[in-house]
Amino acid sequence: MKTILHIIKKEFQQFKRDPKMFGIILLAPVIQLIFLGYAVNMDIEHVTAVVFDQDHSQTSREYINKFSSSNYFEIVDYVDNYDDIQSHLENGSATLGIVIPNEFEKNIGRNRTTPLQIIFDGSDGNKASISAGYVMSITNKFARNILMDYRNKTGQKISPVGSIEAEVRAWYNPELKTRVFMVPAIVGLLLSVITLILTSLAIVKEKEIGTLEQIIVSPIKPLQLILGKLIPFAILGFVVVGIILTAMTFIFGIYTRGSFTFLFFSAFLYTLSTLGFGILVSTLSRTQQQAMMLAIFVVLMPMIFLSGFAFPIENMPQFIQWLTYVVPLRYFMTIIRGVILKGVGFSELWLELLALFSMGMAVLTRDSSYF
Amino acid sequence: MMNSITINNLTKRFGNFTSVDSISFDVKEGEIFGFLGANGAGKTTTIKMLCGILSPTEGDALVAGFSIKKEPNKVKLNIGYMSQRFSLYNDLTVEENINFFGGIYGLNGSRLLERKQWVLKIANLNGKENLLTASLPGGIKQRLALGTAVIHRPKIVFLDEPTSGVDPISRRNFWDLIHNLSSDGITVFVTTHYLEEAEFCNNIILINAGKLIAEGSSKELKTNYLKNDLYEIECSNVVDALEILEVQNFVEETSIFGNNIHISVNRNFSSTQQIESVLLSNKDIKISRVNKIVPTLEDVFIHLLERDKK
Repeated sequence: MKTILHIIKKEFQQFKRDPKMFGIILLAPVIQLIFLGYAVNMDIEHVTAVVFDQDHSQTSREYINKFSSSNYFEIVDYVDNYDDIQSHLENGSATLGIVIPNEFEKNIGRNRTTPLQIIFDGSDGNKASISAGYVMSITNKFARNILMDYRNKTGQKISPVGSIEAEVRAWYNPELKTRVFMVPAIVGLLLSVITLILTSLAIVKEKEIGTLEQIIVSPIKPLQLILGKLIPFAILGFVVVGIILTAMTFIFGIYTRGSFTFLFFSAFLYTLSTLGFGILVSTLSRTQQQAMMLAIFVVLMPMIFLSGFAFPIENMPQFIQWLTYVVPLRYFMTIIRGVILKGVGFSELWLELLALFSMGMAVLTRDSSYF
Repeated sequence: MMNSITINNLTKRFGNFTSVDSISFDVKEGEIFGFLGANGAGKTTTIKMLCGILSPTEGDALVAGFSIKKEPNKVKLNIGYMSQRFSLYNDLTVEENINFFGGIYGLNGSRLLERKQWVLKIANLNGKENLLTASLPGGIKQRLALGTAVIHRPKIVFLDEPTSGVDPISRRNFWDLIHNLSSDGITVFVTTHYLEEAEFCNNIILINAGKLIAEGSSKELKTNYLKNDLYEIECSNVVDALEILEVQNFVEETSIFGNNIHISVNRNFSSTQQIESVLLSNKDIKISRVNKIVPTLEDVFIHLLERDKK
């Protein structure tokens, strides 16, 4: 036990000697939080549209008005041919073109169904499909109003319409903001970066200067060495989690609904595997550059992509979904989002905790056989 | 005297490559033992096995009475190790380094204090405990590294090329330190590239390509392994002269030492005039000196390595 303390003490003395690095470690989370919180925004607002109105009627203008008065669309241009629509879509100045055909009003007046053309820039599929949803809802509402007007004017019942109106409520994130979903996840990202990359660099650095060899010839046991190296970085990781949770509340007004103790406990279980991977990387690399590349490209990035941080796991093909089961960050993401946004705890998340614990133990056991 | 290290058919293979090939030798207690060989001869691999960092493929060794295979942890308690990289933490102070290495060997309280004073003394760092290790000159760093390597008073200390990259005066001082350790009863097992340093060792072994090729004291090596007389020739146009000498029937081996040529001669040799007459057949060569010399360890090793090549 005393031996471990000597190593921990030494690590902190080394932190102290490198105040710049230490500053980066403590400040970076806040900066990252701000960047990611503001930049990662997948909410679709201000979809740019061009209008090609061939009808020039009152009805067509009313229809276009529905778009410009909604918050979702911004009409950037009125054009009078298809080529102009195409050039707008090509240079990106508009996401969609609305084409209102001749006889739009006339057809409606004659109680006929009239077509409408909407052309999308589908290169950003996500944005296009969400915008299409908006267009559909505006158009449906417009059509329903026409029907109602007709009924009122004629005083005639078309049909006894018993319609269903859905009252939609989004729990936990009522405004459906991407930010609310993303910001808590940053806790997971930064904790991974610090525990995984810094640990592996710290060990490989000792390999490079030869001190690791010097420690290995001493009667120290592999487990003592591993713990001595891991504990300081785990502590650092927790400090960073604390900073992020505080900054999250003050900057974005997102507060933790669940228990802090539970959150830190699961962070601890999660760091078992990231620290373990950090050591694994360091045993496989000879230089700090190698360790950096391995840690970032082989471990960290795939882990982030497969964690559900930004891309929903349910949308992945089946075999990729299976892969995500061995990604510890996947479970930790579920936990942090659950605890912070929904306020859930052990009874809902015990399975995730168990997964983190067993993965951490598996990696660490493998590590200690390396030394 | 007792053996401090006993090595039996120690072998280490990495895949198909045999780094250390069944070597056996003994090291006596308290002696300075020189372990010599070219780069890649297997010196460092052997030391790592003896320190318990690498496990041998075959064979075993007793270090301070413990088997490196069965009781590596007991071995580790009794040895100190210093590599050519003077492995200290550059971003820690002198004292923090001493405390750390003392700490992982379980020293504390008055024992740590006493050993810390001793390390500071041998490294000439009294009163400079708070200097950053990075700021120390190479020679001082080397002494500090040795001090921390033996802070726990091991029975044996392994020094892997401890003097590489250090100036001659520091090297001289460092060897004084090694002699002090040895007279305190610590066995010093040292590898080096400097053959004049090997002269300071009580016993020497030479390995080449993982095999032991010679062993004994410096005097024994010179007499047992080099039977032929050795002559040194100082002349102009050394390269041409060497070409001429190589093909003479009275010459066994030739080698260049600085600006001079060393040749070993066989029974066909009668007098130095023989050398002069063959060299003077080339008009460009001017001879300044030809005389018989006492072989150095370098002559012996070049002879042995050449013989081993054949």
